[in-house]
Amino acid sequence: MNSVHDMGGMDGFGKVEVERNEPPFHSRWEGRVLAMQRAMGYAGAWHIDHSRFAQEQLPPQVYLAASYYQRWELAMEHNLLQRGYIAPEELAAGHALRPAKPLDRKLTLDAVPGSMMRSSFFRQQQGPARFKPGDRVRTRNMNPLTHTRLPRYARDKLGVVELIHGCHAYPDSVATDRGDDPQWLYTVVFEGREIWGADADPTLKISIDAFEPYLESA
Amino acid sequence: MATHDHDHHDEHGSELSETQLRVRALETILTEKGYVDPAALDAIVENYETKVGPRNGAVIVAKAWTDPAFRQALLSDATKAVATLGHVSRVGDHLVAVENTPQRHNMIVCTLCSCYPWEVLGLPPIWYKSAPYRSRAVKDPRGVLADFGVTLPKETEVRVWDSTAETRFLVLPMRPAGTEGWSEERLADLVTRDSMVGTGLARKPGEIAQ
Repeated sequence: MNSVHDMGGMDGFGKVEVERNEPPFHSRWEGRVLAMQRAMGYAGAWHIDHSRFAQEQLPPQVYLAASYYQRWELAMEHNLLQRGYIAPEELAAGHALRPAKPLDRKLTLDAVPGSMMRSSFFRQQQGPARFKPGDRVRTRNMNPLTHTRLPRYARDKLGVVELIHGCHAYPDSVATDRGDDPQWLYTVVFEGREIWGADADPTLKISIDAFEPYLESA
Repeated sequence: MATHDHDHHDEHGSELSETQLRVRALETILTEKGYVDPAALDAIVENYETKVGPRNGAVIVAKAWTDPAFRQALLSDATKAVATLGHVSRVGDHLVAVENTPQRHNMIVCTLCSCYPWEVLGLPPIWYKSAPYRSRAVKDPRGVLADFGVTLPKETEVRVWDSTAETRFLVLPMRPAGTEGWSEERLADLVTRDSMVGTGLARKPGEIAQ
């Protein structure tokens, strides 16, 4: 969906400012949000693409005003409610009032070390890869109302396949509960001028990681 | 940085307490329902506060600087190469190392959310997650580098990697001159977090306490 999360190339946000000696968390609640999210993910309650999609559906003014972990928290509430893990009256009461929904598994203390490694997104290929490194491709002009990982700035642009990363779960499908729908994943590189026009820095090259359905031969 | 990312400031006290209460209520509900174990949550937080950080990445970079075979292995399959290092925790699939050279400077961003190689660099800093960085890195990377006090030669190619899938990127910065014969451990002290994101360069020998 085309919302403010898709920030690449937007103007007006100002300078990048660095906080010296930044702590891992600025408040205790930030760590709790991260950990709860990790535990629910481990439990199989939803996937990372559901979290991203939930953030993208926040009203733009809410998205921009919220901090990173506030967005995580809002997305977590959304997924907990939407998937029936909690009820609105429980959120209002601040306590459990209804029976729990079964989980695939629970993140216990002894399972934490093993949960620190990222899970793999490789999936069984459904067919041969359509492209190979060196192939010229054009990204599709697509504007789905749901989750996608093809940024607006990189749509309908000519690029070259540089790397092939194997077959991965397809976020556009996972986020809308249509399953993994495995797709080949490529790094596609574009000239800065192809993206930003003739005035762009001639030394600039930009790449995205693009799933095969985002690409056409060129 | 932008104040909307800075909810811990005292002047946002009322906002902060609302979020705090909301998170506390959520943890109570999830615990009462049996979905989460508070002790496991403590352990996750502790891991990110004390164990996972940019030193992991710095050790990998220092090894690549001193061991040509490892460098080659890292550039061809970073996940596999890191697994061969006994003293660095294994990382998940899909880690890709990209090498800076005099001809090319690499910079990593995630314009759509804030994807970052947590396993090798720890939690992302606020600037990496901020709108200014996410919006400008792909359009004006030299301007972003200027915000970090870095100027590259005009002819150097600037390559920006937008992390739009589950692939995670680690920049292998250039080894500073004057470090011949240094141990891996000493070299690792030159490798900053920003140099592995591409918003900085490795420190020069004179820039660290001897």
